[in-house]
Amino acid sequence: MHCCSHIILLFGQAICTVGDNCYRAVTFLKEGMLVWILFLLCQVGAPALAQDLCQRDAPNGYKVRISLKTALGEDAYEWNQSEMFFFQATMAFAMRRHFQMETYNVDNIILCVQTSRVSFWFVVTSPDNTTMLIPKADVEKAVRMSRHRINNAFLLSDRTLEFLGIYPTLAATVNPDTPPWLIVFGVVIGAVCAGIIALLVSSLLQKRRKEKGMTEDGQDEEDMQVKGVENGINLDGTYNRGFTDDDRFTKL
Amino acid sequence: MTTLKSHTEERPKWNNKAEYLLTCIGFAVGLGNVWRFPYLCQIYGGGAFLIPYLIALVFQGLPLLYLELAIGQRLRMGSIGVWNSISPYLGGVGVASMVVSFCVSLFYNTIVAWVLWYLFNSFQEPLPWSQCPLNHNNTGYVEECVESTPVNYFWYRQTLNITPNMETSGSLQWWMVVSLATAWSIVYICFIRGIETIGKAVYVTATFPYLVLTIFLVRALTLPGSSEGLIYLFTPDWEILKNPQVWLDAATQIFFSLSVAFGGLISFSSYNSQKNNCERDAVLVGVINSATSIYASIPIFAILGFKAHTNYVTCLNGNILALTNEFDISDMNITVENYEQWFDSLNGTHPSRVSNLNLKTCDLQTFLDQSASGTGLAFIVFTEAVISMPGSQVWAVLFFIMLFSLGLSSMFGNLEGVLTPLHDLKLVPKWMPNELFTALICLVSFLVALIFTMGSGNYWLEIFNSYVGSVPLLIIAFFEIIAVAYIYGIGRFSDDLEFMTGHRPNIFWKVCWLVISPLMLIVVLVAYVAVQAQTHPTYPAWNPDYVNFPDTEVLPYPDWVFAICVLLSSVPVISIPLVAIYRLICCMSGRHSEDRLHNDPNPYANEGYVVES
Repeated sequence: MHCCSHIILLFGQAICTVGDNCYRAVTFLKEGMLVWILFLLCQVGAPALAQDLCQRDAPNGYKVRISLKTALGEDAYEWNQSEMFFFQATMAFAMRRHFQMETYNVDNIILCVQTSRVSFWFVVTSPDNTTMLIPKADVEKAVRMSRHRINNAFLLSDRTLEFLGIYPTLAATVNPDTPPWLIVFGVVIGAVCAGIIALLVSSLLQKRRKEKGMTEDGQDEEDMQVKGVENGINLDGTYNRGFTDDDRFTKL
Repeated sequence: MTTLKSHTEERPKWNNKAEYLLTCIGFAVGLGNVWRFPYLCQIYGGGAFLIPYLIALVFQGLPLLYLELAIGQRLRMGSIGVWNSISPYLGGVGVASMVVSFCVSLFYNTIVAWVLWYLFNSFQEPLPWSQCPLNHNNTGYVEECVESTPVNYFWYRQTLNITPNMETSGSLQWWMVVSLATAWSIVYICFIRGIETIGKAVYVTATFPYLVLTIFLVRALTLPGSSEGLIYLFTPDWEILKNPQVWLDAATQIFFSLSVAFGGLISFSSYNSQKNNCERDAVLVGVINSATSIYASIPIFAILGFKAHTNYVTCLNGNILALTNEFDISDMNITVENYEQWFDSLNGTHPSRVSNLNLKTCDLQTFLDQSASGTGLAFIVFTEAVISMPGSQVWAVLFFIMLFSLGLSSMFGNLEGVLTPLHDLKLVPKWMPNELFTALICLVSFLVALIFTMGSGNYWLEIFNSYVGSVPLLIIAFFEIIAVAYIYGIGRFSDDLEFMTGHRPNIFWKVCWLVISPLMLIVVLVAYVAVQAQTHPTYPAWNPDYVNFPDTEVLPYPDWVFAICVLLSSVPVISIPLVAIYRLICCMSGRHSEDRLHNDPNPYANEGYVVES
């Protein structure tokens, strides 16, 4: 409708410059009719113009697919004309951000072929010449640059706000300097080695203590045998000393 | 009579009965209870499989178990000493047990090393097997991963770094070497003071799996799809009982599950006092082992049901998205519930467009049928299921610690079957302390097991698993039962049992030892060998260049590998006839030597009192 008001204003200015007082009364009626006819034409003509630019499978257009319920579930908002306007504004912002010189406006983003999916096509016209479309590659660069902002504006993600043909850049995997598994391994092997050393040292100390005690306790072992205790088991019957191979008893 | 003390030092003994029982249970309950039994249950008609399984337990498993525990406890020696005592001609049975135990401990600890590797990697967010890594220039994902799945890629490439076939050995994978070193270090620290430290360790390793299984059970039952998995598992298919393969698999499963014929059980019971009711112990260990298998299959199958359900829903959602995008239908209008109606209506109106979409057929039954056993279950199927569970790190850590405990407690028995006979054979030099000897054995095992850390290591492990851990054990068990029932004599054995337990064995045990168990063993052995001989030996190879990748390429074993397989099966058991022949020759040449009498250190052997005229 922007172009319509432009045309009417220009024509109105043209009419006023032709004559001041003489033609005013006569042409007033004609003006009104003309303006009205022009207005009608504008209403019909402007969309038709835009329709040529934006269509399904437009060579310089992109299809956008939005999955609101998948992304937001119960909190999904309704997709209506206001949201479409918001999309135009976001795209205009993205274009401005990329081409820092040029001032894009909401009217430069033309939407069409809207379905209940929700999906639609859009094309971007140049701010200087509204019949000229911005090439696909430039639009792609602009979208890629501001993808994160566009996603966040609609509370969506790369997967739920799709620009068909513009693939999201893969998230770089976090590669820590030391692999985490090495850390866990280090802890485990450290504990095990410490345990081994501790047990070996304590065994060594125990053995030394036993050796010291052995020379003193030689007497106790004989008594244990006499009482018939071997390996901690009480043998039945008494131990017959006559069968021992002992040096303590004199040899006959 | 010389005192025992001057010849042998006091035999170590268990601190209390609980440690002994837990060690035996831990040895019997191993990885197979978790990843082999549920698989068998699934493919052999669910609940119906329990019938051949329990029959095999009662008539084959329990008698063998009772036999091993009894002779170990009575003769108070490891496997070599025991069989030497029963009959010098059968000393080879002990040697065979020791060799098999050694070979099995080699590859079993490698599996424990794999579990450790996965455990170390479970402490990351996100789990490394949940997504594909980026390729070199960050333009896309690694191709091998995209073609198969991230879980498969992590297992075959980032864990094993597997070669495309057996001829290519590849190099040693340093991360695997490191994991293997950790596994052997942990085994060593538990073995440092023999059963003293083992007895402490089993309080954790034997009980922790039950705790984790219970946690998983509770968690799994709250997941969607778990009931389908359980119904699928337990629905009995009685027709399957007519298939002899089922009975064969039930018998082999019981046999390998109870870990008899390794010599480990004999060693463990030899540290008992003689007046111990080994009959009750045997029944307890056998029943707990089977009960654990059945109990473990419940959470496993609940989780597999959940995984199948998740895959089914993902498949359907893919189709739904394709239809929604193609026909620009409002988002979320097609759901899993009304998918069928939408599909029919759309197919009716626009059949060509629908067929162009190449929609996948999503059938829950197909997903449930995707079963796996062994390493495939633990490292591929289960890890995939864990990704879909909320809080996946916790579940992964718990699962792998459970597998680690199961594997470690079984390793105790495996290694004990090697160490105790060596001690009893007095092969250990006097100057070498026990700790050093154990360390030496662990080091040697670690170095030999480095074969399994090469690129082709997994293929070799499968060979060891199939050829060492199967037929030789059956042969050894058969000779064990013949030795005790017929050579030692069932009467003498009953006397020993009366001395130990206080009552003679009842008719059931006698009939089993004399007739039923040897018969079952012979049948199982012959059938097993026959089935193996029928199928041409092949192995599934992971080859990214294969035409049908990601399917595994089925390759035949090269001739030299097949020769090694035959060697692996025969070398352990060759000692049985060899030792018999050697003793025969010795006996025939030195008829008058009375060595046999004086070398028997058993104070209760009556030969010591024979008066020689």
